[in-house]
Amino acid sequence: MQVYLDNNATTMCDPLVVEAMLPYFSEQYGNPSSIHKFGSSVHPALMKAIDQVYKAINASDADDIVFTSCATESNNWVLQSVFTDYVVNGDKNHIVTTEVEHPSVLSTCKFLEDQGVKVTYLPVNDQGVVEAHTVKSFITDKTALVSIMWASNETGMINPIKEIGEICKEKGVLFHSDGVQAVGKIPVDLQDVYLDFLSFSAHKFHGPKGVGGLYIRESQALTPLLHGGDQMGGRRSGTLNVPYIVGMGKAIELATTNIEEKMSMIAEKRDRLEDALLKLSDTFTVGDRKNRTPNTVLISIRGVEGEGMLWDLNNGQIGASTGSACASEDLEANTVMLAIGADNELAHTGIRLSLSRFTTDAEIDYTISHFKGAVERLRAISSSFAKQQPTKGGEAQACEMH
Amino acid sequence: MAKADMLGESLWDAYSDKVTTLMNNPQHQGELFQGEVEKRGHKLIVADFGAESCGDAVRLYWEIDPATDKIVDSKFKSFGCGTAIASSDVMTELCIGKTVQEAVKITNIDVELALRDTPDVPAVPPQKMHCSVMAYDVIKKAAGLYMGVDAESFEEEIIVCECARVSLGTLQEVIKLNDLHTIEEITDYTKAGGFCKSCIKPGGHEAREYYLVDILADTRKEMDEEKMKAAADAQAAGGGNFEEMTLVQQIKAVDAIIDENVRQFLIMDGGDMEIIDIKKNDEYIDIYIRYLGACNGCASSATGTLYAIESTLKEKLSSNIRVLPI
Repeated sequence: MQVYLDNNATTMCDPLVVEAMLPYFSEQYGNPSSIHKFGSSVHPALMKAIDQVYKAINASDADDIVFTSCATESNNWVLQSVFTDYVVNGDKNHIVTTEVEHPSVLSTCKFLEDQGVKVTYLPVNDQGVVEAHTVKSFITDKTALVSIMWASNETGMINPIKEIGEICKEKGVLFHSDGVQAVGKIPVDLQDVYLDFLSFSAHKFHGPKGVGGLYIRESQALTPLLHGGDQMGGRRSGTLNVPYIVGMGKAIELATTNIEEKMSMIAEKRDRLEDALLKLSDTFTVGDRKNRTPNTVLISIRGVEGEGMLWDLNNGQIGASTGSACASEDLEANTVMLAIGADNELAHTGIRLSLSRFTTDAEIDYTISHFKGAVERLRAISSSFAKQQPTKGGEAQACEMH
Repeated sequence: MAKADMLGESLWDAYSDKVTTLMNNPQHQGELFQGEVEKRGHKLIVADFGAESCGDAVRLYWEIDPATDKIVDSKFKSFGCGTAIASSDVMTELCIGKTVQEAVKITNIDVELALRDTPDVPAVPPQKMHCSVMAYDVIKKAAGLYMGVDAESFEEEIIVCECARVSLGTLQEVIKLNDLHTIEEITDYTKAGGFCKSCIKPGGHEAREYYLVDILADTRKEMDEEKMKAAADAQAAGGGNFEEMTLVQQIKAVDAIIDENVRQFLIMDGGDMEIIDIKKNDEYIDIYIRYLGACNGCASSATGTLYAIESTLKEKLSSNIRVLPI
């Protein structure tokens, strides 16, 4: 058996989605911008996809949803163009975000800091959640934008987006949310929640890779990131990726139809997995389940280094994820684990398991059994569980230089 | 960028079969206990290096026969990834049967070599070389405990890059000798900075005492100062003494004059020059030069430019100079 439990990284493209996409490669391949029938014949399919996406997040026709290549593009677009429109060509100079955003937000913020923007990186609480009152206290009259992820890719924890939206509205500050881990996983209703911009990506909800979107409230101005042939009403140039947009429409419809029912089915399996793993000694999981995306669990296993654990899981044909890797230049201690204030050593022992609606009970059973075996083997090797104490003077200092 | 770099390597695919095998089934993992070791009349040394909070930790056990200083048995415990466990296992293997004095000579490079499947293919990707460094560190620590000396005393020189074991002195020498300008060049020449990259600049996997960026900047500064001093000496010495200088002094003096008066114009036109040799030829001093870049073959290289170079050197150093491009 092989088990894929890394659905926060990417998901399997639903075969129904692939089926919906297929006619738009070799049969109806026209460029929708062309005036001849080859071009116009794809319009109904695109219109359907547009309707599916608007409906899924309950956007109004006065709003814009612009198709992009991915959420990284959407996030870059918002941050860089808010900089252009409100900092370079305006009197603002400040952005508020969090320490635990996706790199496409954090790296872009660092880039903007180099251009002279002040960026506040808010901490999260011990639940891994940014608190609305914290956001409020850091907004100044120079703040152009607040950018806060809807749900965390690492922990699945859901931020109080509605509350933050109200604060931003009241303060007259633009509010962007990276909704990559929320759209298709939990209800997203843009008539209920006040946001100016929302990024999302199809491959996180069983759509194809390479297509995403940006919701823009009430068609408000935002300088384009990509200039060119003025597609998408001039908001984002580039020939429309017809099969992928059709695929995203189908995928978002499948993911959000009866979403509460799907959520409880996934959560039931996740809870069973989580409960079983927590029976192992010296383990803990991050965040209250009630406020977490239903598919995610981040578990820390004392004495077992994350990458070593992934190795053993991989040997058992289980794909999982860790934010840490020993001695790697770019994979440092899990920043989220550090941010939630877990002891430093626990930051290297986090394993993230993320399910999907395709995860089966048999897969959960298999994972529980293999996971326990891996923990047992690695703890038997681990210095953290050794009994013979070091010779006097042979104790390690915490993090000495090598 | 190479095509493969566009995708980035798959970390685990870069591990040798030996690393994979030992990670899955380490041969020497386990513990040695005080009571049992003493019963055999031997001495137990247990040393820790690293900590869970750093992301990797290793505990090394040595059972030593005090009569011979020989390590008769060794075990390890490790908190770490696959390469950390495999490195610890091989380190333990290498220690068994050696005296403490011999064991302390085992370096991380020996550990990495022992993990290779074939002699010329690295056992681990560059960023994992760091794991084997821990093996070296914990051996030094254990040896220090047994011999009652500080672990640092086994290190004769300041090691800047632990992964490739390159010392400060070597780096300074190589930069000067080969006129290196970039970190990439330093890595090409010495391998320093080619592995875990911690030693390149602050902010890497671990904090270091010395960084390549600083060493390069300091050494370049030193080189510039030497050059300026040579130029000053040459000018102070005046034309007459140029003929009495040693060849090295002559080259330095010529180089300094070129740097100060000529090179900037050549570089502006996309070219440069280098001194090939200086020879005494009866009453003349012949300076052989080679044009580089755009100067090579340009129209004025045999006329105006050459005249400018020769007349400057004649004026500043000696009227007997002839400049011969080759």
